[in-house]
Amino acid sequence: MPDLTTNCAGIRSPNPFWLASAPPANSGGQVQRAFDAGWGGAVWKTLGQPIQNVSSRFGAINYSGTRAIGFNNIELITDRSLEVNFREIYETKKKFPKHAVVVSLMVETQEEWKDIIKRSIDAGADGLELNFGCPHGMCERGMGSAVGQEPLVNERITSWAVEYSTVPVLVKLTPNVSDVLPHGLAAQKGGAHGVSLINTIKSIIAVDIDRFVPEPRVGSLSTNGGYCGAAVKPIALHMLARLTRSGEFKIPVSGIGGITNWRDAVEFMLLGASSVQVCTEVMLKGYRIVEDMIEGLDEYMASHGFDTLDQLVGKAVPAFSEWGDLDLNYETIAKIDAKKCIGCQLCVVACHDGAHQCIHQSKETNGDATRVPVIDESECVGCNLCKIVCPVPDCISMVPVDNGFAPATWNQHVTEGLPLRPKKGAH
Amino acid sequence: MSKPIPTERSESVFSDFKHEYAPHQAAVEANRCLYCSDAPCTKACPTHIDVPEFIRKIATENVKGSARTIFDANILGMSCARVCPVEVLCVGDCVYNAMGVPPIQIGKLQRYATDQAYEKGWRFFEAGKPTGKSVGLIGAGPASLAAAHELRRMGHACTIYEKREVIGGLNTTGVAPYKMRADRSVDEAEWVLAIGGIDVKTGVEIGKSHAFEELEKKHDAVFVGVGLGPDTRLGVPGEELPGIHGAVELIERMKLGKLPLQGVKHALVIGGGNTAIDGVRELMVLGVPNVTLVYRGQEPKMPGYRHEWSAAREAGVSALFQAVPVAFEGSGKVERARCVRMDENKKPIAGSEFNVAAELVLMAIGQSTLGEQLASLGHRDQKGSGRHRRTRCHRAQGLVRRRRLSQRWQRSRERRGRRQGRGAGHSLALGRQKCLI
Ligand SMILES: Cc1cc2nc3c(=O)[nH]c(=O)nc-3n(C[C@H](O)[C@H](O)[C@H](O)COP(=O)(O)O)c2cc1C
Ligand code: SF4
Ligand code: SF4
Ligand code: SF4
Repeated sequence: MPDLTTNCAGIRSPNPFWLASAPPANSGGQVQRAFDAGWGGAVWKTLGQPIQNVSSRFGAINYSGTRAIGFNNIELITDRSLEVNFREIYETKKKFPKHAVVVSLMVETQEEWKDIIKRSIDAGADGLELNFGCPHGMCERGMGSAVGQEPLVNERITSWAVEYSTVPVLVKLTPNVSDVLPHGLAAQKGGAHGVSLINTIKSIIAVDIDRFVPEPRVGSLSTNGGYCGAAVKPIALHMLARLTRSGEFKIPVSGIGGITNWRDAVEFMLLGASSVQVCTEVMLKGYRIVEDMIEGLDEYMASHGFDTLDQLVGKAVPAFSEWGDLDLNYETIAKIDAKKCIGCQLCVVACHDGAHQCIHQSKETNGDATRVPVIDESECVGCNLCKIVCPVPDCISMVPVDNGFAPATWNQHVTEGLPLRPKKGAH
Repeated sequence: MSKPIPTERSESVFSDFKHEYAPHQAAVEANRCLYCSDAPCTKACPTHIDVPEFIRKIATENVKGSARTIFDANILGMSCARVCPVEVLCVGDCVYNAMGVPPIQIGKLQRYATDQAYEKGWRFFEAGKPTGKSVGLIGAGPASLAAAHELRRMGHACTIYEKREVIGGLNTTGVAPYKMRADRSVDEAEWVLAIGGIDVKTGVEIGKSHAFEELEKKHDAVFVGVGLGPDTRLGVPGEELPGIHGAVELIERMKLGKLPLQGVKHALVIGGGNTAIDGVRELMVLGVPNVTLVYRGQEPKMPGYRHEWSAAREAGVSALFQAVPVAFEGSGKVERARCVRMDENKKPIAGSEFNVAAELVLMAIGQSTLGEQLASLGHRDQKGSGRHRRTRCHRAQGLVRRRRLSQRWQRSRERRGRRQGRGAGHSLALGRQKCLI
């Protein structure tokens, strides 16, 4: 049986699945129910000076009949008093001593940081998370992403927190930067034990085309909010790998952003996350999704021969490289399994309109054409588009071909003059 | 214009067999469609509706555009959505079948878009610039209505000649009421005619009140959209007894008025085709306690659609296979059918005769065909008319379909025809199937 015990920057939990700091981790009652359902940890909804929220606050993107593939919000930090929050944290920790309770914080002055950190630790926090990420409302008041976007401010506040804290400190980074690395390094320099990423992405989720107002609508106005949910996973994965691949960045990462199931979680871990946090999918489906997450991860680890999480964390990082190091002579072509093909011709249109015009409808013979398309292999550039559009699993596969050329990257080509194979589809 | 049909009709007790989609149901189904290219469903549609396109427009909530796509190819898309045997046409060819995934419910989606067009009063087409040419169309059924609409879009003047007082042809008089009721068909016909410039003369029977030649003189082209003729009879003793009807004739009476079914405890429907299956299902719903289909061949060899027969079976009809009536008996009206058993080759087995109680008998063994119909129009002799009718028909079609569609259509019809073991020339007789103008 694989061991799912987690240690992320010194914060321990029975499994790597944590609730992200957000509505599902807003109160003691909720967090305790989540732990009962199986969640290993929770990052409490950000504490600070309680705020007043707007109504409504959430928006979503539906795509082709699937609801809320992307989500956004314009809510702020906790609107409940600090006393109530700390009392509930204390009760939760007492009932669940082995689970991770991380307290997310966002205040302005050094004094406030000192005070709130002390009270969090007194309440039993296993760790702290500094919210340097919120991209709406709080940043206008000089907090949240306003801090996360300024490496020097980030580093300074982090160093205060580390000084006042007796438990591990995570810095939650904002994705609203052109390159996340300097910000991760700033947190590291400030002494953070780890970082969490990503917080939400600055966004306008939609526009009400009848009322002429963006969403979510507050009366007759709206504002930019934070984008999250399934659709942001690719951005989060990249930012995660950008840090974990860098030789300079050495502290652990708690991965967040678009995680909806165990597969997503495994992907984050393979790119170096030692725990994962979930917000939107819990908001949409409830705490119960964790059952499948645990089971799926367990089964994945068993089937791949991993006994502990360390064995898989970061395993795909070495395979994330620069474009200039990719082998330009590696060549694949698309092959259709005629037995599986249902004849929809989606690959034909896709290749004709969106790729290299090398999949053709088979010619009619005696009025009865087979609907299995024909690939002109001499023209196929191996782009993958047809495989992506084909509705039948494993019907199209990308097959490597031996073109007789030794591997050669762009960098090698430029520096050592290694020969490149002739181009295809470039006429 | 059409005479109004009575509000009190036997068919009024029927409700739709297939329920209609609510917007969210349509959205779920529409989003499943793969938006195939050169889509098999479109190829299988006799009118070549661009199925993936109209479905995508439902998915994006462009329902008006969806209806336009449908009506552009088939102005009778509303009734087709209800009556087409989609299981053997578009839906039957949906690529999902090959994946073992339920095929897209194209008929229901088409109904969703076209019903909204009717409800919201959307109209899409205008008459073209007058060409000075005129076309006479015989029959006010689906074929002529669709043809006239296309001709009007091209600017040709149209006159439809209909022998009945009601318009809509078989759509009004013959469609099983659990698929579509007569009032809906008349509404559709009027919606089609609203393009303007189509003169409908009801109560005019070509070949009787007016000669075919008169039409030929009067118009630049003549379109024959007469459908099939009267029910065929078995030609056995007692067939003239009251209580024995042609199926098509009786269905028409049920759709346009009241059928007296008092005292009918046993009804027999003779035949194994789709009209026979419609007949048994209709009589069941109308409250006849024992309804039996009598077919001379074996069950798997029935020419009627499998899915329709299963539905009839589920509704509780009985069946007698490999049997055929040899006489009808009764005093003053039919009381029983004398039947004989048939062997595998549909040959009577000597000494196997038996009686079946029947106070009502429907003959659903076929209708007179095009040749006979044309002859009844006072048309030329069979041989001559064969060639003549085809050139005429094609002339009308040349005006009707834009060339591209026409060729595609022609090709697929021929292929389909071949598959079903009949020649392409058969298409003219299919005036009764509304799709096939
Ligand atoms: C309604 C809502 C409120 C949130 N509030 C906070 C917050 O108070 N503090 C914080 O650090 N992140 C907050 N987040 C960001 C989430 O913790 C998380 O970083 C982000 O949603 C990405 O993860 P996901 O794709 O699983 O939702 C909030 C997100 C949402 C949707
Ligand atoms: S891999 Fe790309 S180029 Fe090759 S057949 Fe597929 S779509 Fe066309
Ligand atoms: S997309 Fe796949 S199933 Fe469709 S025609 Fe191409 S290979 Fe066949
Ligand atoms: S074949 Fe099926 S999936 Fe493809 S376009 Fe037609 S209805 Fe849609």
